[in-house]
This record gives sequence, C-alpha cells and structure tokens, in this order.
Amino acid sequence: MKTSELKKVDIIFDCVQCAPIEVVKKSLAMHPDEIIEQIISSGLRGRGGAGFPTGLKWKLAKEEVSDQKYVICNADEGEPGTFKDREILDLVPNKVLAGMAICAYVIGATEGFIYLRNEYNFLLKKLIPTLENFNKNLQEIGLDFTIKLFSGSGAYICGEESALFESMEGKRGEPRNKPPYPTRNGYKGKPTVINNVETLVYCNMIMRIGVEPFKQLGTKDSRGSKVFSVSGDTTKAGIYELELGIGVDEFVNEFGNGDTKAVQIGGASGFCVPRKDFANKIIGFEGVPTGGSMMIFNSSRSMYNILKDYLEFFVEESCGQCTPCRVGTQQLLKGIEAVKHGEMPSSYLNQLMKLSETMKVASKCGLGQSVPNAFSSIVKNFKEEMIY
Amino acid sequence: MSTINLIIDNKTVSVEKGKTILDAAKKINVRIPTLCHHEDLCVAGNCRICVVQVEGSRTLTASCSTPAEEGMIIRTNTPKVRNARKDIVALLVSEHNTQCTTCYRSMNCELQSLSAEYNIDNNRYLSILKPNITIDRSSWSIEKDDSKCVRCQRCVRTCAELQHVNALTVSGKGKDMKISTFMELPLNEAICTNCGQCVIHCPTGALTERRYFDRVWEAIGNEKKHVIMNTAPSVRVALGEMLGYPIGTRVTGKMVTAMKRMGVDSVLDTDFTADLTIIEEGSELLQRLKKVLVDHKSSVKLPMMTSCCPGWVKFAEHIFPEHLGHLSSCKSPQQMFGALSKTYYAEKKGIKPEDIVSVSIMPCAAKKFEANRPEMNSSGFRDIDAGLTTRELGLMIKQSGLNFAELEDSAYDSLMGESTGAGVIFGATGGVMEAALRTAYEVVTGKEVPFKNLNIFPVRGMEGIKEASIKIEGCLPEWSFLEGVELRVAVAHGLINARTIMDEVAEGKSPYHFIEIMACPGGCIGGGGQPIPTNEEIRNKRTQAIYEEDMGMPKRKSHENPEIKKIYKEFLKEPLGEVSHHLLHTTYKKRNHF
Repeated sequence: MKTSELKKVDIIFDCVQCAPIEVVKKSLAMHPDEIIEQIISSGLRGRGGAGFPTGLKWKLAKEEVSDQKYVICNADEGEPGTFKDREILDLVPNKVLAGMAICAYVIGATEGFIYLRNEYNFLLKKLIPTLENFNKNLQEIGLDFTIKLFSGSGAYICGEESALFESMEGKRGEPRNKPPYPTRNGYKGKPTVINNVETLVYCNMIMRIGVEPFKQLGTKDSRGSKVFSVSGDTTKAGIYELELGIGVDEFVNEFGNGDTKAVQIGGASGFCVPRKDFANKIIGFEGVPTGGSMMIFNSSRSMYNILKDYLEFFVEESCGQCTPCRVGTQQLLKGIEAVKHGEMPSSYLNQLMKLSETMKVASKCGLGQSVPNAFSSIVKNFKEEMIY
Repeated sequence: MSTINLIIDNKTVSVEKGKTILDAAKKINVRIPTLCHHEDLCVAGNCRICVVQVEGSRTLTASCSTPAEEGMIIRTNTPKVRNARKDIVALLVSEHNTQCTTCYRSMNCELQSLSAEYNIDNNRYLSILKPNITIDRSSWSIEKDDSKCVRCQRCVRTCAELQHVNALTVSGKGKDMKISTFMELPLNEAICTNCGQCVIHCPTGALTERRYFDRVWEAIGNEKKHVIMNTAPSVRVALGEMLGYPIGTRVTGKMVTAMKRMGVDSVLDTDFTADLTIIEEGSELLQRLKKVLVDHKSSVKLPMMTSCCPGWVKFAEHIFPEHLGHLSSCKSPQQMFGALSKTYYAEKKGIKPEDIVSVSIMPCAAKKFEANRPEMNSSGFRDIDAGLTTRELGLMIKQSGLNFAELEDSAYDSLMGESTGAGVIFGATGGVMEAALRTAYEVVTGKEVPFKNLNIFPVRGMEGIKEASIKIEGCLPEWSFLEGVELRVAVAHGLINARTIMDEVAEGKSPYHFIEIMACPGGCIGGGGQPIPTNEEIRNKRTQAIYEEDMGMPKRKSHENPEIKKIYKEFLKEPLGEVSHHLLHTTYKKRNHF
C-alpha cells in the first residue's frame, strides 16, 4: 500500500499487534461524557454511508433511561462493490470488538451483537474464538458486557438498521417507521446504538491515538480517513484507507488505467460521476458520499448495462413493503428497457426521472430513497447510451 | 396527557401527545388519502399515499405513521405532495389487474376511488402485472386473487392482530413480495378460520367471499324448487348500508318484502333457530353443570363454550384440538335451521325435502364453509344448500330491480319465522350469553333474570373479554343442586381474545361455567360478510340497532317463542332428545396446527 502523492492513511490496519483491550481499559478510566465529547469533537461520522455523527448517536442512546440497552455492529455489508468490512473483521477483529465495548461502557449496555452478513460466515472460524477470548478479557477488566454473533440470512435490506433489528427479532426483515429512531427504540424496542464495522474501529482508534491525528485529516464536514473498496477497471483493485475530501480526479489518477469514463461512488445506491465532473467533485459528505464502494468504469463499458444491473439488483432486494420502492424499481427497469428497445419514446426517460424523484421523497427507507441516485446520475450523464 | 400544537395547511391544531399527523389533520377536516391505513389495525406506513410535507424535512413524511410534534408546520397539498401521491397511485395501478368492470369490488374499491380522484390518465406506467396469476378458489369461504392485491398488508395485520391466526403472511421480497400462506398452501389447507375479517379489511378485490348467489337465482327460477331463505339477526341492521341507508338503520320489514318479491318461496328467520339454540344449549349447560357438580363426572367439561360461530369452531379445531370437549355439541342456528327445513318444515308443508333449497343469508364468510362441512347432512340432505353474505343479498336486491326504499314492510313467513328479542341479540357480542341467561335463570328459578328490563349490560359492549356472574337463588326443586351457585360467565369476541380465554381453559385455570365466543370483533354485526367498510364506529351503530330491535320485540325470551313450544310438542319432543341429538347436534374434528 505504498504510493505516490495521494494521501494514504494507516489507522484502521495499523498496529495489529497491540491489544485493543488496553484501549478499552483506558476508556473505562474516563467518564462516559468525556468519551462522547471526544468522539463528537473528532467529527467522526458513520462509515456505513449515511454519515450520522457517531458521538451524537452515542449521546442520544446514553441519555435514554432503560433497563436494557444494546450495541450492535452492523456487519451486513451488502452494498455492491464494497468489501472493506470483511477485511476489517478478518484482519483486525479485536479493534471492532473494542469499539463496541467502549460504546457499551458509554451508553450502559450489557449486551452486544455483531450482525454478520450471511455470505461472510466463512469468517466465523476465526471470529468465534477471537470473540470468546475478547469476552473473557472484558470480564477480566471488569466491564459487564458480552458480545454475541448473529448471522443474517442474505437479504440486502437487512443492512438497513431497523430491518436488521426486525431480522434479529426473528421477524421478516422490513424497515420500521421512523421516528422513533434506534437510539430510543431499537433492538427489542430498547435503546440501541448500531454502528458500522469501520465506524467502531475509528472510535477505538480515536480513543487510542487521540482526537487530533484523526481530526487533522479530511475536510470540515468529512473528518478523518475512510476505507475504500476499489474495484472495476483498475489494476489496483483492493482495500485502501484514504483521507476523506480527496478529488475524484486524484482518485482516478491513482487507480484508473487511463481510460476511465465514470466512477460509481457509493455502490448501486450511490452516484455515478462522469469524466467531465472528475475535477470538480470531492469524495466526502460535501461532495459525493460513500460507504466505501468505488467502482471504476472504462469507456468500453455500457452505462446502460451497468444501470440495468443495478436496477435488477434493487428489483430483487427491495423488501417490497412500500409502493414507491417495490413498484418504482420495477418501473425504472422496465422503463429503460422499453426505451432501449424502442417500445417507448426517449421522452419516457423524463417521466422516469420524475418517478425517481417520487421514490426519493416518498419511499419508506434509505433503500428506496437512494435508488434514484444511481438512476438519475447515470441517465442524466449518459442519456445517449440509454436510448441508442 | 400533554397537548401538542402544530400547524396544518395554515391552521393551528392541538392534539394529544402520541396522535399522528393524520389524526391531527382529521380533527380540522383536512382529508389526507390513505390506503394501507385502517382504524382497526396498527400503523403500517407502507403504501405512502398519505405523504405530506413537514417543513424542514428533506423527504415527504407518511402522515399515518408519524407522530405529531410540537411546532410542526405541515402542508398537505403542495405540488410535490400531489405529484408524489399521483405517482404512487399510478404505480399501484401499474401492478394491478385493472379489469374493474368485472371486479366484485367495483364501485367499492379504495384503489379505484383513488385513481379516479387523482386522474392518473396522463401519468401511466407500463403494466407490470404478473401474467398467469391463478385465483385461489380452494376455500369454500374466501377467494384470493393476487392480481388485485396492493400489498397494503391490511389482511396480514388483521389476521395477526385482530385474530391471532396468522394464516396470511408476507412472502418473497422485491418484485416477488406477495401475500401468502404458510408454505404457500392453498387457503383450504391453511390454518384459515374463514372468518372473513381479511375480506372486510381488504381495500380492493384481492380478497373476497366465494359467491354463490347465481346458484340461488337459478333455484329461484326453477319452478320445481321450493326456495327458503333464512336471515341471520345481524343482516337486518347492516343490509341498509348496501342500499343507501345510514349506518345502523333497521330494514327488517323491507328486506323480507324484497326477498319475497325476488321470488323466494318462503322467507324465514334464523332468529327462530337462535331461540332454539338457547333451549338446546341452555339445557346442555344445565346438564353439564349437573354432571360435574352432582355426579362428579370428569369426562364432562366445564366451562362449556358456545358453538354458534363457525370461525371460532374451526379456530378451536386448529389451535386447541385437545380441548374440543368444551364446545357445546349444538349446531349453529344456521345448521339447525337447515336440518329442520329438510325435515320438520318439509313434513308440515308437505314438500319433498329434495325439492327444498335452503339458503341462509349471513353476516359471515365462515358460514359458507360450515354449510359445506361434510357431516352437516343429518337429515339425509344437505342442511344448507347455499350460504350467502349480507353483501350478496344486497347485490341480489339490486339485480332484481326493486326500489328498496319504496317497499312496504312485511313479516316473516310462518313455520320457523317467529322469533324473540333473545334471538335477535345473537347478532352482537354477548347476545348469545344474554339470551341464554334470560332463559336458563328462569328455567332454574322460575323467576326472570334479575336485570332491569332483561337487559344484561355486563355482557354487552366492545370490551374484548367481558365477565359477569349471577348468584342463583330460589331454585325450583329439580334444580336444587344449583342453589347458591355463583354462575360465572365470560364473553369474548375477536379470535385474539378467544385465544386468551382458551389458554386459560387449556391450563385448567378457567374460572367460568359458560363462555360465549364470536370470531369477529363486535360479534356478527362486524362479521366478514357484512357491508364494507366496517370499523369501530360502524360496529357500534349496528350493535345499537340490534338492541333497539330486541326492545321492540313483543317477546324477548327464547322459551316464550310460540313456534319453539310448538316444535318441541310436535316434532322434537324434548331438548337434547333423540330427534334433537340426531338433527341439531354435531361433532368436531382435530385439524392441523399450521
């Protein structure tokens, strides 16, 4: 992972040998409010994609009064093109567990779960003994907190936090109405902090290295670094930890192979950035946010096929409960096919663009609300490919 | 309760904390369209038609599922809101079988109303209706047509929350998401109790009752056939809703006239066999009490539970197969009526039973299944040849071209047409219990039941489980074993409440002697065969009409019905006698638990 001008960072995978349990121990000596204060001042935002301020989430959960609270690590990494949580759980699982333990101490939870994507069950062989050992360590340092594993069943929608709770409760994985939010009404109706795998590692690392080294990285609204999953037309596919706020052009210079036509940032539910916008878009919450997925496409790729693939994915993976998402995804797919095959006039794309706007504002959860990201950014920038 | 102030369409409104934006809008007469929302059910928030703009929110907000908050500024009619709603209706239509002209729910369909209201003509999407959807007609009672389903999950919530049966469930995701049963079993093999609550909660024609009115028309048109119709107590207080009358209007006299004008040979009253049920079931109760209290027979089960409701009976057969001994062996009034129509009635009228077509008009979907239970043929003929719903009768009246409002009142025909107020109140939850107590108390003590005007209020009303007790004092000599006994009774409606009661029975902890159970909320007045919509307000109005009907009857105790006295004298001889046993009592069977 050594190269060039692009600022590469080594926080997440750094110091594999040092024991994260020591960070927990150090945190236990602090007041929970102090920890919250540090996480808030670090500017850390959720690394799953939505970017909710992590410290604030912890604060809200801490303020709830309840006989039981939970910490859940969202390892249902299902976004097409992202595989960073897999690597993190494989290489530095103790850091994730330590992040959970610190959170548990802060909010007053005694039980935690890792909701592991079904397809990642091969990680269990290593993960289970690590977890058992870590739970033992927690007992030794006197923190009343136990972490358990929960294996998902393979539905993309269960990465949505409230659908994840439903799934854990043995029900059909469908998003809930919000409010109430998980910090008040989460797993089993109890206050719950649910964080992405990577977010928890950053929490742990901020407690270890301090706020400043983290805060120095990134931009005003996108502090710190982030782990990216790079794939597509590149010779450097893999996992990279980069500073947030870099330009798309910088990214393409580093990873592209000279013929990059577009980068899909944030997976199927993210945005497509065409070549003409490389220079004026940054990767971060001010620009194009991402949960980590970076897919690079060369000029040989058909953007119609790419969009069609994404839509086919959503047609399958929508939970189906709300109208805009269930029917909207099917209509977008059928619509672009009809235009491509000349069964509908190209002007029908305008109606589909309006439909995607409806999906964005009227869908029940983030899935339906973000399908239009890919749709409108691809259709807008590659309209001719949609028609001819 | 603290109060929340918010502004909707420039009007300030105050609501209790916990109320939704939709509740608040209703309060100031701002109508927000809904589809997945139903007053009887928990919030779903999945159709999204009720979206509104909350100031400061990036997305639109579903008003049915979002609690009102202090200071909210809401707009319900912006271009953004209108566009979204129109799109949502258009999307629903695009996955819908839009053959409205042939749909049973045409003109009473919430999707049809919405699409008319939003005029989606210029906003159409390509049809994504799945080809080759087969209609599930496996059940005698309920028909399921997925091509008309809008996936609002009202049926699923009904089956789970009101009935605790969970026969209907969601399967698949994305484009394959649909309403299904366990293992996709056909309805007749699923745990379905046929209560039909899903039917009256369905906004479209996806779930409807199996219709048999064409067969009935055929029989009416066949001169060789003698068609008898009997009408259940709660039909007369709900039928008017099908024909333009306000909710809760009693149309008994006009209904009878209409049926006669339609060509029905004899219009009779299920209330007659309701009265008969009281005599048989009441006797069974007293017999059971004697066997338990005096003879100490452990094989005889108490509490005894009513068996008038075929939805409840099938529920018990599925869920509590080990405890069927608690059910009264009495057939329901419908089946008693059927059995007697092919025997007693046929004999008295000199008509061959094979020429009689016995049709019942019921507020119920489960009655269709009951009529088709194989054992219901003790006379050698099917007890009941066709069971129709209130809705089907309403349709037949419309088809017959009658101007219902102009019809004169007429009385039921004779032989099995006479009834009492006790028979009428069978239509409301608690009614069977009240009727039974009016008679049993008097049989045992020789005195009227100690409630003013015979109105036993503790067993009335919409509470899910009601309890009452009467101390029996001053017994006649033959009932002396009951002297001083505190007779404890309970009434439950809605199968979720039935389950609570039954769990207690199964544990052997039930403190009651006699329990009435009706599958549908509110009893038969809220039955699965009643006019759509049905909700709490409507159920209350129909109930009120039932009790008015009772108060208006000259006789209000089953044992005073002269035709009942006559049938025992001339035909049945005695309650629980040999003829009764053969014709009026039945057995139950264990069914699968899934």
